[in-house]
Amino acid sequence: MSEAAGHALQIRGLTKRYGDFTAVDSVSLDIERGEFLTLLGPSGSGKTTILMAVAGFVLPNEGSILLDGNDITALPPERRNFGMVFQGYALFPHMSVAENVAFPLRVRGLSRAARDEKVRAALDLVQLSSFAERLPRQLSGGQQQRVALARALVFDPALLLLDEPLSALDKKLRAELQEELKSLHRRVGRTFINVTHDQEEALSLSDRIAILNHGRLIQNGPAAFLYENPRTRFVADFLGKSNFIQANVSRREDHHVILRVGDTELRQHAMAIPGSTETVLLSLRPERIRLLKPGEGAENEVEAHIRSWSYLGSGFSIVAGLPGIGDIRVNAPANHAHEALRDGAPIRLGWDADAAKPVQEDA
Amino acid sequence: MRRASFGWWLLILPAFLLLLGFYVAPIVKVLLISFTDPEPGLQNYERLFTSASVQRVILTTLRICLITTVLALLLGYALAYAITKASPQAKRWWLLAVLVPLWISVLVRAFAWVTLLRRQGLVNNTLMEIGIIQEPLQLVWNELGIIIGMVHYMVPFAVLPMLASMQEIDPRLLAAARGLGASRREVFLRVFLPLSKPGVIAAAVLVFIFSLGFYITPAILGGGKTLMVAEWISLQILDLIRWGLGTMMATMLVLTILVTLAIFSRLVNLKRVFGMGG
Repeated sequence: MSEAAGHALQIRGLTKRYGDFTAVDSVSLDIERGEFLTLLGPSGSGKTTILMAVAGFVLPNEGSILLDGNDITALPPERRNFGMVFQGYALFPHMSVAENVAFPLRVRGLSRAARDEKVRAALDLVQLSSFAERLPRQLSGGQQQRVALARALVFDPALLLLDEPLSALDKKLRAELQEELKSLHRRVGRTFINVTHDQEEALSLSDRIAILNHGRLIQNGPAAFLYENPRTRFVADFLGKSNFIQANVSRREDHHVILRVGDTELRQHAMAIPGSTETVLLSLRPERIRLLKPGEGAENEVEAHIRSWSYLGSGFSIVAGLPGIGDIRVNAPANHAHEALRDGAPIRLGWDADAAKPVQEDA
Repeated sequence: MRRASFGWWLLILPAFLLLLGFYVAPIVKVLLISFTDPEPGLQNYERLFTSASVQRVILTTLRICLITTVLALLLGYALAYAITKASPQAKRWWLLAVLVPLWISVLVRAFAWVTLLRRQGLVNNTLMEIGIIQEPLQLVWNELGIIIGMVHYMVPFAVLPMLASMQEIDPRLLAAARGLGASRREVFLRVFLPLSKPGVIAAAVLVFIFSLGFYITPAILGGGKTLMVAEWISLQILDLIRWGLGTMMATMLVLTILVTLAIFSRLVNLKRVFGMGG
């Protein structure tokens, strides 16, 4: 586990149909050596089917999967040498922790001495050495998850596949294990492919996120890039929360496009809006909107009133009604003078010309 | 806690007393004859160590029961495995095919086997016609016939506990094993088989205990030449009027069953085997 030898995986035009239902629709994706990629999507988006095809449990109808350039599409799972952490961990209940971790080594015919050494190293890696003789049911959920990780890594797999590895854990433990998983990825230097429906988990863990919906790959890229530059309404809404504003192009200035929504004029950087466009769908993140103090200005300024608000500890979440635009959600930092926050109170909101991003309506 | 459960026990007291008075007490009384007939003492039990015919009956019974248990387990395991792996639709048909024989009288089944297996039976006639054998095989009225009939009767009893135990196995464990590099054979040997073990043990005990007291099938298919314990007891009591000897053997039979159950209850949770949850 010391050498940092990740492997690269290419998915080419992968399609999987179950009867009339297309679970995965010609998805192509390159995963680089040592990368932590997350397949993110709601349930039924095809993310798990893709992972199962990579693992070898699902034979695709079309397309191919290449590991370092070699076609492995039809290779049975036991010959792929991929580590996998299943949903619910799938630890063998009749084996101790050490026996579970030794299982992949045993079926590979390693000698007892070699097995013991690797098992010890793998359990050290996940800090469970003192639990070697326990049975899985005697461990907590987090510990079981770490045993599953040790078992999936002990045989130096080419890839590590994670199927919703944290979904069975409570929120606090999940955050802890996210950190652990990240540092584990750094230490072992392997290629990790993770599947989740939890966008926070995806954002915090991954080098890169591939967003799926209805079996199609919608967009993929580094987490921060996707968050800042969602291509479609679905991406903007699924990765974090967003407000959507449908606007008409009114006129163009040097570097700006002036948009019109009802009676309100909005100023938007021209870059992302092609010359022929007439209507634009803008995605505006709640945290990019500011509550303006009296006399404070912004590139975009609108009058609004508070419809409802809630205290989140780290800040406030406000739903503001904008005449002619509708309701938009605003996240304000906690240091804001919240005495002013009353239902129905008038406020002024402002955002920069590059805060909103034009996105495509979903196909 | 103790008080509350005592209240519940009161509710089943009438049924318990009824059972005690009309079932347990008479049996104990009959079994006690083994110490009093023909005269008080242990002379009936002495026969266990001195009489070759008593020993032969016991050995024959144990041998037949063990062979029956092993065969029923092998066939039953294969069946239960096939049912577990079948589609939900096919599963219903499989289960029906396993259960239907249970609804047919044991007497009918024993005579059906005689018809098939006797010298001029279907099996021998067919084999002779296609020229595989010249002389009819001795398929019935011996130990072979008894074992065939008993295995046939016992297979459903072997299938059901094993099926229950196999259906509890999480299919993800099997997928995980393959993903970790195990071939199909290794998945079966290292994961499926050990996880189905409670069902196998339960089936073994169920079939073995059931076999020990088998009467009709051995009586018809053994043709009176191969005696098992139950038929021997009936012979002693009804034909030879040797109550002491018959009830001695009956006592031994009851004891053997209780001891087997006691050992078994140490191995696995009895409540789960007989479907009482837990």
